[in-house]
Amino acid sequence: MQDYFIIIVSAVLINNIVLSQFLGICPFVGVSKKLGAALGMGAAVTFVLVLAGGLTWAIQTYMLNPFNIGYLQTIAFILVIASLVQFVEMVIRKFSPALYKSLGVYLPLITTNCAVLGVAILNIQKEFSLLQALVFSLSHAIGFTLALVLMAGIRERLEDADTPKCMRGMPIALVTAALMSMSFLGFSGLV
Amino acid sequence: MLAAVIGLAGMGAAFGVILGIASKKFAVEVDPKVDAIMQIVPGANCGACGQPGCGGYAEAVVAGTVDPRCCAPGGALLYERIAAIMGTEVSDYEERQVAQLLCQGGIGQSKMLYRYKGIEDCAAALAAFKGPKACNYGCVRLGSCAKVCPFNAIEFGADGLPVVDYYKCTGCNKCVLECPQNILKLVDITRLAHVRCLNVDKGKDAKAVCSVACIKCKLCEKNCPEDAIHVVPSGSGTVAIIDYAKCTNCGICVTKCPTKAIDMISPIAEKVILQMKDHVDEDLQRSESSKSK
Repeated sequence: MQDYFIIIVSAVLINNIVLSQFLGICPFVGVSKKLGAALGMGAAVTFVLVLAGGLTWAIQTYMLNPFNIGYLQTIAFILVIASLVQFVEMVIRKFSPALYKSLGVYLPLITTNCAVLGVAILNIQKEFSLLQALVFSLSHAIGFTLALVLMAGIRERLEDADTPKCMRGMPIALVTAALMSMSFLGFSGLV
Repeated sequence: MLAAVIGLAGMGAAFGVILGIASKKFAVEVDPKVDAIMQIVPGANCGACGQPGCGGYAEAVVAGTVDPRCCAPGGALLYERIAAIMGTEVSDYEERQVAQLLCQGGIGQSKMLYRYKGIEDCAAALAAFKGPKACNYGCVRLGSCAKVCPFNAIEFGADGLPVVDYYKCTGCNKCVLECPQNILKLVDITRLAHVRCLNVDKGKDAKAVCSVACIKCKLCEKNCPEDAIHVVPSGSGTVAIIDYAKCTNCGICVTKCPTKAIDMISPIAEKVILQMKDHVDEDLQRSESSKSK
């Protein structure tokens, strides 16, 4: 039980996928202007990350390892993730048009989200069991959502702030991201 | 090697089959009207309608959540065609608007203070001593408007000033918002006379920096039979401004203006405008005949 607790805390706070491992930066900067969109993106990534985490674990254990073709890991995982995103998109579109609408373009964009591939590979590197891999994926997804929501909250306030003209928009967002990353370093002694 | 090829090919084939079955099984029926409208929208994804791109606009029109008249680039033409697809009645449509440049200070007309060698951007040039031109109200001629135009409707004439192509301009307002001097304005395409100067300085000062400046002589105001043009306060001074609602395109002010600051769109441009109206009429007839089928 304690194992899982450590996995969750370290994935969400200490090794936050965005702010400590610098994966998934593009949606972090691109989809953090509005709180609603940030939550939507977070939900979509959570969904895909957990599914992809489980599936890639199975591919690695039952296909790549027995046949000794571990060097195909990257291309195999990309294949899995891309197909999965397509599949998930179809299912959501059929059964929940409302969710499909709110996720909008972010859903297909996850295909190219390096956070998903990164977590899938980390799962293998850390030699997790299936359950551990799922928990690890889920907590990384939560960490991703947390970073995105925090960033969106700050940026919504920044809109009203009297920023110098040359710093408006992207520059101040990058400075904010850097400050957030530094503050997340404070969690590093937690476990 | 063999295991790698078979494994990866097998995986690809398996996922392909699964996705193929899923796309059939989870197929969502899309209203054919959405596709039909998608075929005719301009496809510039300018966002002027407030929807996320032209696809979003097509869906919103079919869903009835957005006015089919609000596509600025498509204009009256598109509205008629959408109405034909949707099977709705056509109601009044406002006249199509195009961007007009309110400055004639081309090379030779307006005095220059210095030669600008820097970023090819009007706002950047303006940051250096209010721009290279002696006139602080005129066109900087570096083409920020042409760069932002999604329809390539703005090109440069021999005098260095941007020229709006009435065929291509859709009135999407992007250049108007981009221009740092605020000298582009959307005006109904049927309006022919324009005061192409926004210099609000006193007549003598304006004339000193540009040969085609408004010198506030009020000759236009005195001679206008429709009371449509007046020298009115603007910014820190005054300048002649046409009330387009009253103007009848008679052209008297154009002939009276001593500096030729008031410009009448040439007969060629007028012809273009008339031709365009014919196009709209043709398209109307076509959509009506297709409706009756």
